[in-house]
Amino acid sequence: MASKLHLNRVAIGALEDINLTLAPGEIVCLSGASGAGKSRLLRAIADLESHGGEIRLGEQEQSSIPGHQWRRAVMMVPAESAWWFDTVGEHLDKPMSKALRTLGFSEETSDWPVARLSSGEKQRLALVRALSREPQVLLLDEPTANLDDETTRRAEEWLQSLIREHHQPVLWVAHREDQIRRVARRHFRIEGSQLVERELRE
Amino acid sequence: MNVIDLSWWQLALTSSLVLALAACTHIAHLGIGKSLLIAAARTAIQLALVGMVLEALFAVGSLHWVALMGLVMLLLAGREVMARQKYRLRGGWSFGIGTLSMFISAFSVTVLTLVVIIGPSPWYEPQYAIPLLGMLLGNTMTGVALGLDRLTESARRSRDIIENRLMLGETWTQACGDFRREAMRAGLMPIINSMAAAGIVSLPGMMTGQILAGSPPALAVKYQILIMFTVAGGTGFGTFAAVAICSRRLFDRRERLRMDRLSN
Repeated sequence: MASKLHLNRVAIGALEDINLTLAPGEIVCLSGASGAGKSRLLRAIADLESHGGEIRLGEQEQSSIPGHQWRRAVMMVPAESAWWFDTVGEHLDKPMSKALRTLGFSEETSDWPVARLSSGEKQRLALVRALSREPQVLLLDEPTANLDDETTRRAEEWLQSLIREHHQPVLWVAHREDQIRRVARRHFRIEGSQLVERELRE
Repeated sequence: MNVIDLSWWQLALTSSLVLALAACTHIAHLGIGKSLLIAAARTAIQLALVGMVLEALFAVGSLHWVALMGLVMLLLAGREVMARQKYRLRGGWSFGIGTLSMFISAFSVTVLTLVVIIGPSPWYEPQYAIPLLGMLLGNTMTGVALGLDRLTESARRSRDIIENRLMLGETWTQACGDFRREAMRAGLMPIINSMAAAGIVSLPGMMTGQILAGSPPALAVKYQILIMFTVAGGTGFGTFAAVAICSRRLFDRRERLRMDRLSN
């Protein structure tokens, strides 16, 4: 089930010749100045923007299957989530009661109108929504940017336990050094047109 | 049939109404006096020209000339559809989609109505073919323009929603389905409203014209019903086609949303 994600000579925007392999269950953090191209790289991996180079999930080449099938497997969670149905529950593919409880919600959250969600609630629920579709790879764009410290820690631990269980490779755009130290197995920073690996200090 | 002939000096008298209105708008500082006068002048000139063209066309009555007239009307309608959109597809697609969908719907409904229902001889008899096509194109144009405008507008406004739905692995038809339906509804509402109000709130223009020109009201009513139904069909199918093609064009082969294909 769990496969490696390969980026082979990927080029998008200012980024050139990006080579990266994410192992199953591995969280790789990506940082860089704003405008450096972090989100665009995630969009290219999710096949939302055209790019050069080759991206594979296991043996499956990105362009060999329809776009929606690729994105169903390689799922991006954007920094700002959008909501279109009336209630939270309608956005979920299956009941996620355990996830909701872990992230500080309750059973009733499914009936909440999305119009009343705060930005922090939206951010956590966007993660639950993505995971209700059981993706094989996660591309997270600053998934805890709107959360306070305590909720951030809870969301991190929840994601880490899910990833230990389901072995998805994860590419996680993060800014805060302390978060990167807590969650990442490897850390890359965008510098100019390249990814530069950073040492993870304990 | 006894019709009182209208002479040009009588029309000139009615133009004094427009002139009086223009004077009032000028006094009230509405700033539209000029466009009002230009529009009035365009009405007079364009209709006089069309009258001459129709007189000539009725005299000749050959299929070639009728078809040529139809083509010119179609292209003008296509241009109008394009001009009425705030954001349009680049590279001639906007004009092409409008024209193609009006060709599919308005032309086929016109030919079908002429051959199967009215049955003049020959079937392209300009007295029937040209007014029918004109009514159909005029109304289909409104539906297509409204539908396309709503679609491109909501794609811009709701780009985040469409892209987020794509990120969750939805197909392009699922991701923009709500907006397609909304656009098709927008294109169909005017004809539904005018069918619902016909005869109660307003006497439709074509029927009024026929009665003024001396037709018995019962016959004029029958023609009006025919026109309403054919217009509903033409507008509906034209809007369906235009919205379907345009929404496909907003996505590429990888089902990515391509906002760069829209002009601003």
